[in-house]
Amino acid sequence: MCKILAIETSCDETAAAVIENGKTIKSNIVASQIEIHRRYGGVFPEVASRQHILTISTVIQDALIKARTGWNELSAVAVTYGPGLVGSLLVGVNTAKGLALSLGIPLIGINHLEGHLYSNWLHTEREESKADIKFPNLCLIVSGGHTELVLMHDHGSYEILGQTIDDAAGEAFDKVARMMNLGFPGGPAIQEVAKEGNPQAHNFPRARLGNSLDFSFSGLKTAVLRVVQKHGKSSAKILQHPAAAAQAKPKLNIPVADIAASFQMAVVDVLVSKTKVAADKYNVTEILVAGGVSANALLRNKLMAVAERPVRAPAIHLCTDNAAMIGAAAYWRYQAGHFSDWDLDVIPNLKLV
Amino acid sequence: MSPILEPNTLDFISHSELQTHRLGARLGSLLEPSDVIALVGELGTGKTRWVQGICQGLTVTDRVISPTFTLVNEYDGRLPVYHIDLYRLTGAVDGMSFGLEDYMYDSGVTLIEWADRAMDVLPDAYMVVELYHLSETRRRVVLRPYGSRFVNLLKVFKKRTFAR
Repeated sequence: MCKILAIETSCDETAAAVIENGKTIKSNIVASQIEIHRRYGGVFPEVASRQHILTISTVIQDALIKARTGWNELSAVAVTYGPGLVGSLLVGVNTAKGLALSLGIPLIGINHLEGHLYSNWLHTEREESKADIKFPNLCLIVSGGHTELVLMHDHGSYEILGQTIDDAAGEAFDKVARMMNLGFPGGPAIQEVAKEGNPQAHNFPRARLGNSLDFSFSGLKTAVLRVVQKHGKSSAKILQHPAAAAQAKPKLNIPVADIAASFQMAVVDVLVSKTKVAADKYNVTEILVAGGVSANALLRNKLMAVAERPVRAPAIHLCTDNAAMIGAAAYWRYQAGHFSDWDLDVIPNLKLV
Repeated sequence: MSPILEPNTLDFISHSELQTHRLGARLGSLLEPSDVIALVGELGTGKTRWVQGICQGLTVTDRVISPTFTLVNEYDGRLPVYHIDLYRLTGAVDGMSFGLEDYMYDSGVTLIEWADRAMDVLPDAYMVVELYHLSETRRRVVLRPYGSRFVNLLKVFKKRTFAR
């Protein structure tokens, strides 16, 4: 029996989890800073790291209590050491070091993106264990900050086949949602209004970038903006900073549903087609998706329709940042004896490979 | 559109993303430790494209992508580069709560998108890059230096870019 305490503080969520044997979620606590950010008007790195300091002890204690696990039952402490905000990462890493050192158990530093890869290994105590994931497989990580196609040869052995060259897919969702005053987070908002829209209404550009498996969503974002602009000339405010746009509360006479549906289809088309090409090229056993945008229903459905192999997606609450996935990734490193030294430092621009 | 005839500013039109990238690279090659570049422009005017060019000029080999969600991307070039995006901030940005000083007074180069959110906390010397959408591929670019360091830097940039 291996129980790992995992800690994740790479951005603005303070998270801790206890994971058993790399798969079973005994507890998964995420303290969101949304209320604080609402007060300040956004995520401020300095505020975020101070809030991590205030919250982290309670979050860790909650994780242990919920898991009915004592300190002496832990096998290792895992922590995200990058990529992320330097001040936020430091809180998690220093806490993890202190705990591991005082408990006399190994410290395991984990890459945040590696965590997302392993979100597909997790299940709750009530769920049955899923069939083992076979290698090589392909994982599409799509979130606000990342869009990457990762070939997983084996545990700990990854190859990045493609990634965004400008904006992440989730960022495009968020910015398009803001253009039309649909609120935040943009992904669910777009998905909701798109239900009423015609995905063929606007033929938005799909950046293929030749045979490359890289992605580009910046041009799509701008193309949507021009259409929104054309319909909403009276409200030049939409172009400006969201603060100005929010104050102006423009009444937009624009076909929101059609634009949302067409935009969503353009993003999903590109994600799905490139993932399929990569899956065939590398003859993978299955396809995984992870990250906030992997909660999108159209993406999941389209991918399953064309994949010709199993497609796995994490439970919705495991798509966004959490510590459970960090514990899942750490288990395989624990098994292999890949422990971190006590001088583990945070690396804000840490690469997966 | 009447040209801005302020003596120290540079006002010109970039005709393509490629040109924008080259101009950014030239600016980047001139940057020194603790320099701050403030990028101002609406959505889709090419702020990230400028940063990609500047980073090339700083010999960054990492992939340079939008930090809208991550807030700060760090790169290693011939100098450390801090690529910051204030788009998601709607409250007043005071330097303390963002921690901007930690980056700006470091020995790296700080590139700030949507910098109009934080003009009050910028140091005495910095360069503003203003971007305006003209057509699908054309952008008006205004470089506005603050402080003697950047007035001189812009003179060199002008000479290297436009002197025949």
